[in-house]
Amino acid sequence: MFRRVLVANRGEIARRIFRGCRARGLATVAVYSEVDRDAPHVAEADHAVAIGPAPARESYLDIERILAAARESGADAIHPGYGFLSENWRFAEACAGAGLIFIGPSPAAIRAMGDKTEARRRMAAAGVPVVPGSSEPVADAAAAAEVAAAVGYPVILKAAAGGGGIGMARAAHAGDLAAAHATATRRAQAAFGRAEIYVERYLEGARHVEVQVFGDATGTVVHMHERECSIQRRHQKLVEESPAPNLPPAVKQGLTEAAVAGARAIGYVNAGTLEFLVNDHGFYFLEMNTRLQVEHPVTEEVTGLDLVAAQLDVAAGAPLPWPQDAIVQRGAAIEARVYAEDPARHFLPSPGTISRLALPSGPGVRVESGVVEGSVVSVHYDPLLFKLIASGADRARALERLARALDACAVEGVKTTLPLLRTIAAHPDFRRGALHTQMIEQGAFNG
Amino acid sequence: MAEEIKAHITGVVFQVTTKPGDTVAAGDPVIVLESMKMEIPVEAPRAGAVKEIRVREGQTVQEGDTVALLE
Repeated sequence: MFRRVLVANRGEIARRIFRGCRARGLATVAVYSEVDRDAPHVAEADHAVAIGPAPARESYLDIERILAAARESGADAIHPGYGFLSENWRFAEACAGAGLIFIGPSPAAIRAMGDKTEARRRMAAAGVPVVPGSSEPVADAAAAAEVAAAVGYPVILKAAAGGGGIGMARAAHAGDLAAAHATATRRAQAAFGRAEIYVERYLEGARHVEVQVFGDATGTVVHMHERECSIQRRHQKLVEESPAPNLPPAVKQGLTEAAVAGARAIGYVNAGTLEFLVNDHGFYFLEMNTRLQVEHPVTEEVTGLDLVAAQLDVAAGAPLPWPQDAIVQRGAAIEARVYAEDPARHFLPSPGTISRLALPSGPGVRVESGVVEGSVVSVHYDPLLFKLIASGADRARALERLARALDACAVEGVKTTLPLLRTIAAHPDFRRGALHTQMIEQGAFNG
Repeated sequence: MAEEIKAHITGVVFQVTTKPGDTVAAGDPVIVLESMKMEIPVEAPRAGAVKEIRVREGQTVQEGDTVALLE
C-alpha cells in the first residue's frame, strides 16, 4: 500500500482527488506551475512542489519534473487526473520505472486505447459494434476518399493518436474531403505530434452515451451504468447526466454488456469509460478513455459510490469494493460545466481574474471548483472553472435543482458558459430529454 | 494608410501563417493564437497586403494588442 499520493494535475480535479485521498487517510502532494502558485489546489495539499513555468509542456506535461517532484516530496503513488499526462502510456511506464504506483490502468491498456484505430480493431474483435470507418490510418486524401465512399457521407476525420474530440474535421460530401483531410492532418500533428488520420461515418442526430467501467487486478470488470453527454460544443461536453433519458432498456443493456466485454478483452484495470454514439439503428463504439472522466460525479451521485477512493483501493492491489449487483442507479444526476468562454462569441476563451464568485449549495447540489474569488484564469490551461452537479429522486427534480443552482451562481471578471447553461436547463427539448450531439452547433439554444 | 490588426482575445501566438508582402482576403487568418487549448485565428478585417508582423510564435499577446499591419 502507498501512503502519499502526488496529483499530477491542477484545478478542480486535483482538489477532487485530494478529497478521495483524505477519505483513505493518504497524504497529498500538489504540483504547480509558476502561475498556479496561489491556486486553491496548492493550498489544500499536505505538500506542494513547484514544477516550472506556465506553459504545460514545461510543467504539467513534463514527465521528468513530475517524477522529480515525487522523489522530492516522498510520494509513492501518482494520480494523473484527466488531460495532461493521464493517457500517456510512457508516463505510466515511467512511474513504474521510478518505483511509483500509477493510479490508473496498465501502460499497455493506455497505449492500445490511445491508438484510436487499434482501439476500434480490438473492440470490434471483442464483438463491440464500432462506427463504420477505416480500421487503419489512411495514407493520404485519396485513401480517405476511398473509405468515405465506402461508408457514405458525411464523414469525420480524426487523429489516430488523438481522442477527446480534439482536432477533428468533417466532410459533408466528396468535394469537402481534401480540405478536411488537410485540416485534420495539420491539427493531428500540432495536437498529438502524429499526423495519421482515420475516417469514420459522421452519424448525424446521434446521441453520445458512455459507460463507466471499473476493473481490478483479479480480472473482475463491472460497469457503473451510463452517462448521457450529448450537449457539446466543438465536440467537447458541456452537460452530462445519468441515467440517459429515454434510453430504451434493451439499448442500455446492450451498451453495458458491450462495455464490460470490451474492457475485459483488454484486461482493463481501474476506472475507464467507453464512449458510444447511439441512434435509431443501434450503438457504435467511438473511443475508450483510460482515465477518470470530468463527468464522473454524475455516476457517483446516482450510485452513491466514490470512484476516486475505489481507484486508490484498486491501485493498491485490493479487489473492487463492490460487486456488479451492488452498483445500483438511483434517482438522477446532471452536471453542468462552467467554462471561462463566451457563448455569445462562438465560445471564445475568456481569460482574466475572477473578481467575484458566488457558488450555490443546498440539498442535491454538489460543486467541484478549481477556482476561488481572485483566481487568475490563465491562457495556458483548459478553461473549466467549476462543475455543478445536481441530483434528485428523478430527472425532473434534478433538473429543478440544477436550474436553481445555475441561477444562484455568479461569476464576474471573465465571461462564462453560465447564460447558455441556464438556457439549456430551461429548454423544452432538454427538459423532455430529446438530445443529440449537434444541438448547440445547430443553434437549438439560441434566442 | 496601414491598418492595425488587433488580437481579439488574450493568448499565445501559436503560428504566424503570413509574412510581409503576402496578399490576404478579408477573413483570412494572419496569425493563429492559442488560448486555453484552442486555436483561434486572427483574421484580416479586409483584403490587402501584409505590411508587418509584430509578433513571433510563443509570444503572449493581450486582447487589443496589434499583431500585424495591413497595407
